[in-house]
Amino acid sequence: MELISGAEILTRCLQEEGVEFVFGYPGGAVLEIYDAIFRQEQFKHVLVRHEQAAVHAADAYSRSSDKIGVALVTSGPGATNALTGIATAYMDSIPMVVISGQVGTSAIGLDAFQEVDMVGCSRPIVKHNFLVKDVRDLAATFKKAFHIAKTGRPGPVVIDVPKDVTINKCAFEYPESLTIRSYNPPTKGHPGQIKKAAQLLAEAKRPYIYVGGGAVQGGAGAQVTELVKLLGVPCTNTLMGLGALDGTDPNFLGMLGMHGTYEANLAMQYCDVLIAVGARFDDRVISVPSQFLSNPKRIVHIDVDPSSIAKRVKVDVPIVGDVKHVLTDLIAALKEGNLRPNPDSLANWWKQINEWRKPNSLLYTPSDELIKPQSVVQKLWEITNGEAIVTSDVGQHQMWAAQYYKFRRPKQWINSGGLGTMGFGLPAAMGAQLANPDAVVACITGEGSIQMNIQELSTCKQYNTPVKVLSLNNRYLGMVRQWQEFFYGTRYSHSYMDALPDFVKIAEAYGHIGFKIENPADVEPVLREAFSPALKDRLVFMDFRTDPSENVFPMVQNGKGLNQMDLPPHMHGLQQVPFENNRDYGNLC
Amino acid sequence: MRHILSVLIENEAGALSRVTGLFSARGYNIDSLTVQTTEDPTLSRMTIVTHGSDDVIEQITKQLNKLIEVVKVIDLNEADHIERELMLIKVRATGKDRDEMKRMADIFRGRIIDVTEKTYTVELTGPGDKLDAFIKAIDATSILETVRTGASGIARGERVLKI
Repeated sequence: MELISGAEILTRCLQEEGVEFVFGYPGGAVLEIYDAIFRQEQFKHVLVRHEQAAVHAADAYSRSSDKIGVALVTSGPGATNALTGIATAYMDSIPMVVISGQVGTSAIGLDAFQEVDMVGCSRPIVKHNFLVKDVRDLAATFKKAFHIAKTGRPGPVVIDVPKDVTINKCAFEYPESLTIRSYNPPTKGHPGQIKKAAQLLAEAKRPYIYVGGGAVQGGAGAQVTELVKLLGVPCTNTLMGLGALDGTDPNFLGMLGMHGTYEANLAMQYCDVLIAVGARFDDRVISVPSQFLSNPKRIVHIDVDPSSIAKRVKVDVPIVGDVKHVLTDLIAALKEGNLRPNPDSLANWWKQINEWRKPNSLLYTPSDELIKPQSVVQKLWEITNGEAIVTSDVGQHQMWAAQYYKFRRPKQWINSGGLGTMGFGLPAAMGAQLANPDAVVACITGEGSIQMNIQELSTCKQYNTPVKVLSLNNRYLGMVRQWQEFFYGTRYSHSYMDALPDFVKIAEAYGHIGFKIENPADVEPVLREAFSPALKDRLVFMDFRTDPSENVFPMVQNGKGLNQMDLPPHMHGLQQVPFENNRDYGNLC
Repeated sequence: MRHILSVLIENEAGALSRVTGLFSARGYNIDSLTVQTTEDPTLSRMTIVTHGSDDVIEQITKQLNKLIEVVKVIDLNEADHIERELMLIKVRATGKDRDEMKRMADIFRGRIIDVTEKTYTVELTGPGDKLDAFIKAIDATSILETVRTGASGIARGERVLKI
């Protein structure tokens, strides 16, 4: 058998895995790998401008498709720059493989130039990681890494490859299959538990379905939709779950949580049977567990990761399994037993929910003088027919994007929900565009976040990724300013962005098109132009000067219950308990 | 409550640091930890003594199971089990204390494994509280050095932790 170098083996492994793109940045420890990449044509390399962006792009490539993103960085600073991106993917359970260069095996531990203990540094933020010390282990390690990344609860896997391992030679054979005796992720849920869940749903008076990112990653959008339609019950999606049920579906109550809608949050508080699907009762979703449970409810929790179950909230029916499988079986059990919630109770529940819906908690006061950030997102939704892939950064603009863009399908909404990483949006848009070359990709960002990875405008130019950047520029780190307004006596400590650059010129300097929009009347025409066929192949940067005083509502403050929201001005004084005339609630309220 | 967790884990470089890293990252307690390879050299057996509420112990068990290299985890406290710890203790043994120390070692079924004119080194095995009792029983000022392994545990009867 022909002996080939570790670097060549590495590229062959990536080819075997069907990798289309590797996002990376070269350096000393990975020169052999880059040479092997130069000598092959099967996959393309995307040269980013900062390693963090390489990882975000690979991450979004995974998030927006069913493929696995791959990033390649050099040792030392290349590796440490990648860490934020790895943690971002880890918190949102995104499958990804990150290859980091390492100093030669004989130099490890000697504080060599550009040496960092990458396996140690990344350990708490990866699903698993490997240091490959022998070229003969390389192929099997890649096989394992891809398998681990995409199965069970997905997550990033790091492979640290010392330079001599990329030089040394051995025969290449890619393993066809593998078994890892210590790793057997669950698939099917326990039939007895599924039956119990079906029974609970049939007994429910106020059923509610709460869907998280697990349903999106687990490809269970169709099953969620079928379950909701079959039972006619209300449904909410978390920030990570948006798109699992169509945002325009009449049974969809909007996003829930800290900035969830009035109806989604109150339904969460007052439901009596809750089906949690691939969600984890996160602090930004249910706030304080004791408050959440102060109105008793029976909970079914479906998740592929047993450690997500009973972590913050005790549940009545835990079901460990792949959400897609479990929901399919649950739907079958409901159909088979003809199990449905009582129609009268359900009608009553809907009557109550529709009362909660009436005041429209996402209403804001339009203005002729100042651009309302919410209106920009709404217009974007109209102009793109709700079909765009939308990425975001982190802050107020992220919440407005989540609230006002009604996502139609899973994997259409790409944001850093768990880690909350500013600088995610633009490289993510790039990765999503490369995974979906025909899709319209928009990046909703702010003037703070965009500057954390603005250098990627250069990468976008090099690789012709014509994403549309909508910067909601309010001259403030908006979410920080909002908290300072609410909780720190309007002392706006270091949240004002002075000396902002001319973003139009920046966009132009990078070879793109820039627009500055200051007048509400110009929002629609500029968006129409940006998304017109004429500019289909161009990156357009839109600098919207928005109302700096706008806040995100509703808001559940830290420590408060979901029924203690801060509401927008038009809803002040509204009681956040079920209405008197619709008491089907026994002693719950 | 105190729990003894037995863990079978792949005998691979870095596996131990994943376990200890998990405990520190999630704020769990490690009272003691022992580890050695088993009769199957590809596997290590770890005994972790920890404490926490039932919810915390449940999370610890789940989080350990989530580590890719962990093959199996059991909580020995769920059934009858045996727990042993080894202590080597070097004590001052001069004058009238010399006989007294010998007597104490005998009472606790310890063995004197090294002798000098001024010291004894005693080997003592048993559950942790027995070792504690020995330390309490002898004059604190006579203790020169103690080394304890931390607990190892095994289930009673036919219950085994194996692949």
